[in-house]
Amino acid sequence: MTRTAIEIGRHSSLNIAGVQLIADLSGALFWQEQSLLVVSDLHLEKGSSFATRGVLLPPYDTVATLGRLAAVIARHDPRMVIALGDSFHDRDAHGRLSAPDRDTIAALQARRDWIWISGNHDPALPSDLGGVVAHEVAIGPIAFRHEPTGAIGEIAGHLHPKARVTRRGRSMERRCFACDGERAVMPAFGAYTGGLSIRDAAFSKIFQTLGFMAHVLGDTRLHSIAASRCY
Amino acid sequence: MSSDDAPFLFSSLKRIVLDELHALVTSKRGDLLSLGLARLWRLAPEMRSIGLSATVAEPESLARFLVPQRDRKSEAADIVVAGGAAAPIVEMLDTSERLPWAGHTARHALGEIYDLIKRNKTTLVFVNTRSQAEMLFQDLWRMNDDGLAIALHHGSLDVAQRRKVEDAMAKGKLRGVVCTSSLDLGVDWGDVDLVINIGAPKGASRLMQRIGRANHRIDEASRAVLVPANRFEVLECRVAIDAVAENAQDTPPLRTGALDALAQHVLGCACGEPFLSDQLYGEVLTAAPYSGLSRIDFDDVVDFVATGGYALKTYERFARIKQDKNGRWRVANPLTRQSYRLNVGTIVEETMLKVRLVRSRGGGSGSTGALGRGGRMLGEIEEAFIEGLVIGDTFVFGGEIVRYEALAEDQVYVSRANDADAKVPSYMGGKFPLSTYLAERVRKLLDDRRAWGGLPDQVRDWLSLQSDVSRVPGVRELLVETFPRGNKHYLVCYPFEGRLAHQTLGMLLTRRMERARVRPLGFVANEYALAVWGLGDMSFMIRQGRLDLSTLFDPDMLGDDLEAWLAESALMKRTFRTCAIISGLIARRFTGQEKTRRQVLFSTDLIYDVLRKHQPDHVLLRAARADAATGLLDIRRLSDMLSRIEGRIIHKELDHVSPLAVPVMLEIGRESVYGEASDELLAEAADELVKEAMS
Repeated sequence: MTRTAIEIGRHSSLNIAGVQLIADLSGALFWQEQSLLVVSDLHLEKGSSFATRGVLLPPYDTVATLGRLAAVIARHDPRMVIALGDSFHDRDAHGRLSAPDRDTIAALQARRDWIWISGNHDPALPSDLGGVVAHEVAIGPIAFRHEPTGAIGEIAGHLHPKARVTRRGRSMERRCFACDGERAVMPAFGAYTGGLSIRDAAFSKIFQTLGFMAHVLGDTRLHSIAASRCY
Repeated sequence: MSSDDAPFLFSSLKRIVLDELHALVTSKRGDLLSLGLARLWRLAPEMRSIGLSATVAEPESLARFLVPQRDRKSEAADIVVAGGAAAPIVEMLDTSERLPWAGHTARHALGEIYDLIKRNKTTLVFVNTRSQAEMLFQDLWRMNDDGLAIALHHGSLDVAQRRKVEDAMAKGKLRGVVCTSSLDLGVDWGDVDLVINIGAPKGASRLMQRIGRANHRIDEASRAVLVPANRFEVLECRVAIDAVAENAQDTPPLRTGALDALAQHVLGCACGEPFLSDQLYGEVLTAAPYSGLSRIDFDDVVDFVATGGYALKTYERFARIKQDKNGRWRVANPLTRQSYRLNVGTIVEETMLKVRLVRSRGGGSGSTGALGRGGRMLGEIEEAFIEGLVIGDTFVFGGEIVRYEALAEDQVYVSRANDADAKVPSYMGGKFPLSTYLAERVRKLLDDRRAWGGLPDQVRDWLSLQSDVSRVPGVRELLVETFPRGNKHYLVCYPFEGRLAHQTLGMLLTRRMERARVRPLGFVANEYALAVWGLGDMSFMIRQGRLDLSTLFDPDMLGDDLEAWLAESALMKRTFRTCAIISGLIARRFTGQEKTRRQVLFSTDLIYDVLRKHQPDHVLLRAARADAATGLLDIRRLSDMLSRIEGRIIHKELDHVSPLAVPVMLEIGRESVYGEASDELLAEAADELVKEAMS
């Protein structure tokens, strides 16, 4: 097996179609040469989305997600940010953003390009949010889109990959990057986003075999584990 | 009672009878029951309440539960004591086999257990966990040369299967039933002439309930045999038999009513007649568990039911209950009422998966789907257990050895395995820890050498040897032993406070030892002792004064260290989930369908993390912390222990493991927990890969 990942603590280095990218412990992906930061599936206002249906989840998920996003942006200071779809939990979610949260988003967008890729949860994004709305973006050999198709050089989200590792009768489940050197599926970044096991059939459509790696988000470091060893 | 007609329906109620009241009042079920009673006292002032109990430590507190509490005065029902029951005959199995040092299977006594079943007409064999029941049942069948009709009964078996066993039992067709506490209460099966209790009795009252299953006639003595599975359990059995002889009870004291149960009740009230806060608060105070409830807590609960109780007031327009212009609260829409009725109750079960038997498909690619669906339903199993398995693992279920094939939605597919040895379900321990009362009696027994005469020779020798090479702990002191073994160093202490409190202690001690640079690697806890191991030479460090035991065991560990640990504790998250469900934040069921955790689109763990960070004093977090004091973390008991042993820590520096330490040392390797640190586990998984790559 070729080595597709090198353990370097807080980050793992991912090789996708010949491009070196850094998988950040926060669940973001950073492309140094392009000074490009990618985050996927923020699902902002998921809490209030449930509240409209009578499930009064704590209304702090947006502020928590934006806080983590601000931290990773501060760390890498990218020239460009791509939000890889499902940035908002539902079609009306952006309308429920609080004024301070709107301000936070505006501040994050200052001095850099910002691209909202549309996803199935947020197919139509309003123009007053700042940034540019796109269906997909191609940079060099890499294509950024929300729903993975399995194409070579694709970086996608949508599936919320997570990996379960079992050792000595104890098991643990964490978000992860799924990557086989040709394509990658990014973990969901949102505070309330759950996950789908990388052993689910949905992933076999993207990766064909189990010869891909899960770059699992641990407490203090990333861990690169073969998908065949996860559940 | 959540209907508009409640006043009409209940106003003529004359009498309410609560059987086995001691068992009802120890949980949130009891909290909800007390709130229901409070409502009935208002709707039907003529109603009389009668509670029944055969095993209760403090009858006075149960008597308070039965009548309205007024003006913070303690009102109580009359207590009537029924006498005349014949004293039970309880013995400990005098085994001729070698007593195991550790373990909970009592395999050594299988032949003797089988003989007891054979010599009696009908025997109930109680064990503490489902997995023990499975194992024992298998073992008994293997040696059942006489073809005795022996059956298995536990809570996760399919209902149809359980009813079959119960029917056969009622008809007198069975010679023995291996069962768990699913049969503790209320099942009266006439002709049981012997109860065998395998393993630790855990509590005196608990044991008496089980013994009471035999010979359910008040004028004849019940007969029971206790079978300890290891040496410590011999001590526990000995003191439990003494406690039964003295008719000493140890049911826990009345609880303080939980806020999540109150939230459910408040929503229920709003579903019926609209209520005024002042009025409902007054009514709630009449319920004994809530007689001390502050107005602030009550108002917070009402606020929670209405809009979630968040400091950030953004959910006004999504309120579940609303006030009319007279200030009366009523449910905001019929869907809320419907959801309340579907989700009423306080029993939050672990997420259970259905186990289905299918034909093996050989290999183990592990992805879901592709497997033939259907298959015979064997019963249900905890999701947590299955999560610990790898495809292809074998385990015992429903009396058969099965192979884990696949998981799809809420179904676990298994095939029949031919292995003689299953990867047996790990021993999860009973839900109940050793009672404080029995623990104290065990410590007294250890401290009183004259009382050792009542113990089997093997156990007496074991204790004598301990007192020669180390020390037998005194009633109030904490014995701490340190010794090297292999290339590691061990610290073993003996608090006798039950596995749950020991686990919490282990979590907190390892944090502190890490700071003291002892470099702890792991710990293991059982009902009696805790062992921590690490790379640092603890004996040497204590000698040098670099590690101070009284500082290490200082009760201040229940401050910041506890808070820091709770932040990430999986047990705390489970506790929170229960509160979130009972309080109605999260629905268990929607109209027409059961919502399994797999279908839930958000995880309560994520909600816990966010809420804890942004509103740490939220009413649900307060409810979860109150539960942690007595529940899975048993913090109150740990706190009592730490105060008890202050200034009474006895340290023994040893060259090697002591006789008393052997049982807990044997548990190492079965489960090895390092804090709840997860990076180690992940790193290990990654290392495996590295090894493979290098070979």
